[in-house]
Amino acid sequence: MGTTGIPTRITQGTPTKGGIGESTLRPDGTLKVTGEFAYASDLWHEDMLWGFTLRSPYAHAEIVSIDISQALAQPGVYAVLTYEDLPTDVKHYGLEIQDTPVLAHGRVRHHGEPVALVAADHPETARRAGAKIRVEYAELPVVTDEASATAPGAPILHEGRDDHHAGHVPHPNIVHRQPIVRGDAEAAARRADVIVTGEYEVGIQDQAFLGPESGLAVPAEDGGVDLYIATQWLHADQRQIAPVLGLPEDKVRMTLSGVGGAFGGREDLSMQIHACLLALRTGKPVKMVYNRFESFFGHVHRHPAKLWYEHGATRDGKLTHMKCRIVLDGGAYASSSPAVVGNASSLSVGPYVIEDVDIEAIALYTNNPPCGAMRGFGAVQACFAYEAQMDKVAAELGMDPVEFRQLNAMTQGTLLPTGQAVDAPAPVAELLRRVKAMPMPPEQQWLSAGGTPPRSAGGTPTRPEAGGETADVRALPGGLSNTTHGEGVVRGVGYAVGIKNVGFSEGFDDYSTARVRLEVIAGEPVATVHTAMAEVGQGGVTVHAQIARTELGVTQVTINPADTQVGSAGSTSASRQTYVTGGAVRHSCEAVREKVLERGRAKFGTYHPAWATAELLLEGGKVVTDGGEVLADLVDVLGEEAIDLELEWRHRPTEPFDLRTGQGFGHVQYSFAAHRAVVEVDTELGLVKVIELACAQDVGKALNPLSVVGQIQGGTTQGLGLAVMEEILVDPVTAKVRNPSFTDYLIPTILDTPPIPVDVLELADDHAPYGLRGVGEAPTLSSTPAVVAAIRAATGLALKRVPVRPEHITGT
Amino acid sequence: MRVTFTVNGRPQEADDVWEGESLLYVLRERMGLPGSKNACEQGECGSCTVRLDGVPVCSCLVAAGQCQDREIVTVEGLAEHAKARTCGTGACGSAKGTGLDEAQQWQARPTDESVELSPIQQAFIDAGAVQCGFCTPGLLVAADELLERNAEPTDADIREALSGNLCRCTGYEKILDAVRLAAVRQEA
Repeated sequence: MGTTGIPTRITQGTPTKGGIGESTLRPDGTLKVTGEFAYASDLWHEDMLWGFTLRSPYAHAEIVSIDISQALAQPGVYAVLTYEDLPTDVKHYGLEIQDTPVLAHGRVRHHGEPVALVAADHPETARRAGAKIRVEYAELPVVTDEASATAPGAPILHEGRDDHHAGHVPHPNIVHRQPIVRGDAEAAARRADVIVTGEYEVGIQDQAFLGPESGLAVPAEDGGVDLYIATQWLHADQRQIAPVLGLPEDKVRMTLSGVGGAFGGREDLSMQIHACLLALRTGKPVKMVYNRFESFFGHVHRHPAKLWYEHGATRDGKLTHMKCRIVLDGGAYASSSPAVVGNASSLSVGPYVIEDVDIEAIALYTNNPPCGAMRGFGAVQACFAYEAQMDKVAAELGMDPVEFRQLNAMTQGTLLPTGQAVDAPAPVAELLRRVKAMPMPPEQQWLSAGGTPPRSAGGTPTRPEAGGETADVRALPGGLSNTTHGEGVVRGVGYAVGIKNVGFSEGFDDYSTARVRLEVIAGEPVATVHTAMAEVGQGGVTVHAQIARTELGVTQVTINPADTQVGSAGSTSASRQTYVTGGAVRHSCEAVREKVLERGRAKFGTYHPAWATAELLLEGGKVVTDGGEVLADLVDVLGEEAIDLELEWRHRPTEPFDLRTGQGFGHVQYSFAAHRAVVEVDTELGLVKVIELACAQDVGKALNPLSVVGQIQGGTTQGLGLAVMEEILVDPVTAKVRNPSFTDYLIPTILDTPPIPVDVLELADDHAPYGLRGVGEAPTLSSTPAVVAAIRAATGLALKRVPVRPEHITGT
Repeated sequence: MRVTFTVNGRPQEADDVWEGESLLYVLRERMGLPGSKNACEQGECGSCTVRLDGVPVCSCLVAAGQCQDREIVTVEGLAEHAKARTCGTGACGSAKGTGLDEAQQWQARPTDESVELSPIQQAFIDAGAVQCGFCTPGLLVAADELLERNAEPTDADIREALSGNLCRCTGYEKILDAVRLAAVRQEA
């Protein structure tokens, strides 16, 4: 047997049988391990056709002509559609700004933009027919960065903008601009003993969810369409699809199919409208499944960013001020760029106390791939830069980087640059203390094999006691490539901490809906929970059942499939679903419980005075007093008649940031995580092996500790990917994507991913259901800068961009 | 063309197979066995891993015609495959490494709590190794094959055996836990 797992600690927890706080197992687990769980790409329908999307080979071009005649003449082809075939005047869609063409009209603005659709009886027939569509393009000059996008005479990506950001942006190729000014950064800078500046860059990261974009559209007899789909938000899809099809929303019936991961990449539409158009045109069910190559073009990515920062500090280690400018590249269409700007600017200071700040963030329109939501958006880019700055300032002051962070760490009550107080626990210094206190992985074991002793981080070679074992190359940088037996390998340790907002911010009406039914089936009380929440793998379905058990005191809970027959649940993003839809499930359960007690009082109230006087609970299938006395069986109270309620639930409202000063109560909640990375670097080849990536995170309340740890480890690993592996490469001249495959876009394998010990802290946020905090995104923030800090510590290099590539280390 | 092969112990025929179709496509779209997944169809992610005459392969890289008269085990047949191995009636440890002859009784069945799972399947659930689950079938087939030839794998062995299977959700920690757990249970 191999080494045992590193133990995971849960600091607090109050387990109940299958209720909240317990590591209840997934209800879909059996289906997923037997291969029977139906993902969107697994769907099949008699007589179904396969859809194919023809995409632009150019990043910016005029469409001179399209000839579909040859494609249409192919045997087995049922339909070929272009812009001309769109049935209504609504020919664009978008999450916030409707600027994305359903099919290109006269012009394509990015490599891979959809131009035409084919439906055929075999996917290969559809693909070959697509290749016979003749499109004549006339290439246009591309804009690829701030300089080219805002240069005099630059091509304007979207002429005649009338969106609600158009009026306040300095250039039409800027989607949104958010300045934040607080205090007087200039005056504060004069108090500083040291001033540290830095320029940083973050590459384009891809969500790389494994289940490709896919779905099945089935035309219905009533002229509507049923769409079975992998998405993050059924109702937002429905709202965007219906007008393009010319159908009322209730005739676009959406059901969630199995979703193979999301991470933000399914927040925008991909093949939804296309499949519906083909199905309605042909009168046959149409299935569309992207392959991996197409998937890289079929969804938005994480915004690449350039960030300029200045921090000042006094000799005793207190930060005086911060100035920053963050330029995010949104690519050809807006997607969620405005919200990314809001996060990047409002969280640009990080989890620190800095009263005097001068901040600006913008998102560009360019001909690069469209960018939008990905785990931690806006906050991830900023965290990489401000954490690099923290190390740099600490070094300038000669202070320990963790102590320096702790000295400046925010606490409950600290004001953000937006003037909003952080009104829940903010254990930033404590998380750093915990992650630093975790045991370190053993020193370089491979040295016993006779490798050259490395320089330690301090520069002194050390050789530990010679051991008997031979080095396992699998534990070294380069791994099975057998590129080193220890020579040239140096170890480094780095720390980072981050802050992420939870939920939709800036005044968005961020509600969810839950329908809860309680009834007697076969002599047992059974609860049924129905929401439109997209289960994308995070385990929301597990948690909803736990909440129902806790609130209604039942054992049996059925989770209905998510669809649009129930009200919106909002998006499975922004770490919000356990908070918001979990909150809605609890709220509906509470209302059902009140109905139960009303019914109980009416039926049995005269038999026991406690019905009128005591606090009553539902536990173990019974109505009990808070003292534990049983008043009635739930089965007897319910009788034949079910209680069935569908209710909306909202968290406290937020407000937009002022467009000039950035002030405003913009965020609902914050989530904090800290990481310690230990890396070994082969300095001769520039190869990095992350040895361990420890995380401490405050989750408020772990409703399902097993799932919480899984989220933290998964998020941490995506941060590792951004640090040293993952980047969509775009040709700087043509703006074409160069690596749309898992051969060339590398995500961490089990060999790249180290042990990830996790320390979970639970400090309740009193504003949130059960005190919980959204968990999913925070670990993705600090993972990246911690890994890069460790590489800097090992090599002494400045390393200003991620991902760090071998040539950045070797200088070749 | 027609392809005749054995899938999860049962003889199967697929008609009208286009020569360019992969084994993955035929399993998913012609055999009604969508358990093997299509995450990349480029041989990079391992989500389509099946056993071909006992050897784990990416079924997206195998032409269906190459499978003529050969034996396939997919995730749908994993429980029976593992059962045949432990009961000693199969070809456990043989060159083919399968107990296909003994797995004839396999058939698709509705999922309920009484479903019999292989040790590695149960361990994936118990350890929290399943999130979105899209990588899970391929990982299960690969991990089961590892435990078949190495009952006491070290962590380095597990990482090496599963290095061809991408997972985007879990960070692999719980997958390692699951394989360790299955190995311990197998020993017990």
